[in-house]
Amino acid sequence: MIFMSPYETPFYFIVFGIAVAPLGLLLFFGKKRLWYQCALTVFFLYMSFGGARYKQGIALAAYLIFQTALATAYFKYRQKHNAAPVFIIATLLAVLPLALVKLSPVLSESLSAAGFLGISYLTFRSVQVVVETRDGLIKEFGPLRYVLFLTFFPAISAGPIDRYRRFSGELFAPPGPDRYAELVGQGIQHIFMGFLYNYIIAHLLGHMLLPLVKEYVLSGGGFLGILYYMYVYSLYLFFDFAGYSKFAIGAACLMGYDIPPNFNKPFSSGNIKEFWNRWHMTLSFWFRDYVYMRLMLFFLKKKVFKSKVAASNLAYFALFLLMGLWHGITWYYIAYGLYHAAMICLTDAWLRFKKKHKDGLPHGRFTRALSVVITFHAVCAGFLIFSGFLNELSERM
Amino acid sequence: MMETKETVLDILEEITGTDEVRENPDLDLFGEGILDSLGVVQFLVELEARCGVSVPASEFDRSRWATPRDIADRAAEWAQ
Repeated sequence: MIFMSPYETPFYFIVFGIAVAPLGLLLFFGKKRLWYQCALTVFFLYMSFGGARYKQGIALAAYLIFQTALATAYFKYRQKHNAAPVFIIATLLAVLPLALVKLSPVLSESLSAAGFLGISYLTFRSVQVVVETRDGLIKEFGPLRYVLFLTFFPAISAGPIDRYRRFSGELFAPPGPDRYAELVGQGIQHIFMGFLYNYIIAHLLGHMLLPLVKEYVLSGGGFLGILYYMYVYSLYLFFDFAGYSKFAIGAACLMGYDIPPNFNKPFSSGNIKEFWNRWHMTLSFWFRDYVYMRLMLFFLKKKVFKSKVAASNLAYFALFLLMGLWHGITWYYIAYGLYHAAMICLTDAWLRFKKKHKDGLPHGRFTRALSVVITFHAVCAGFLIFSGFLNELSERM
Repeated sequence: MMETKETVLDILEEITGTDEVRENPDLDLFGEGILDSLGVVQFLVELEARCGVSVPASEFDRSRWATPRDIADRAAEWAQ
């Protein structure tokens, strides 16, 4: 048995292709066998979490048992009752394993044993199910489909973060031969774009160019050097992650699933708000729907703030602070979160100003281009904070 | 049902501050930057206050609630 992480080497794709072929053949005849998908899931989980990583495998198994018990219990409870404290406890319990792992550097190193590759992405899915159960939107729930949703292996380690109701629909209904043929076409295209993005461009930028730029900055490259580093690192981050997402989406297509996109030309955004609708979309939509909108609903319904703008700005800070902490409890991740919160509040203020003075402001192709350039630089400055390079630099000085 | 749809348009007009939402029922509200997350929350709160229709925030999928017409239709469905 060869053990490897998802999409780690081109060999993964060969194994994937062979293992998924019978599933694809069935789908071409409009058929679906759930047991085969279960077998595939076990096989690929074993490949990524077995061998030298068996401890992660145990943590994953424990996590799945815990979350399935929690979601089942809450679903059963919710059919008859709907108390707010129970919902809050269920949500906190769903977050607990991830919180413990993230807090392990401050609390106790031993807690990190509960971690495994992709725990945060599974947690986003777990929390979503609890929230939508509360909203009464999840009408059908079963432990098997829940586990298959959490462990959908093409997207297990870094998303895209799917939605339970959408996934559930596709799990039981095969796409039909014509639609599946379309998905295969798209899937192959995604995977090859992924090779270009992740294996070629990101590799050149991250593993060949970035070390050189780093050397240049450390040998006294000054401000210009830091600027180079910022550009190269930002582009590397995009191609690496967008490439990975393309692999996940392409692999899902080959299995007959049309999972949501994660990137939509983020560097063409005209402002920070637009950027978050185009960058790591499933994550930012998750934070939008389950943090920002929930908080805002609470604030507006209970009339906590006189000003809607103040409420919204506070909710943005909560969202981005949480997103920063999720990346890790390090000052530069927290700074990254606060930076984006400040940026989005400023953007909102600017958009309100623009709305009021619609006729007085120039508006055309040139202003659009200018806004794209400014947004690109604001975003890259954020990535520079995120990279931790400034931290490294200050320590060297 | 017509009543709900009418109220939906009233609310949208108030929140967005433009009568375009009435004039063009197929306006791409999010694409045009007319409505955003804050606007959606305001809309949901108002809808509940005025029509007694409570739509969960997680139900508001932007691809299905994209235009004034969509929003009116979906809200009317939830009113039933």
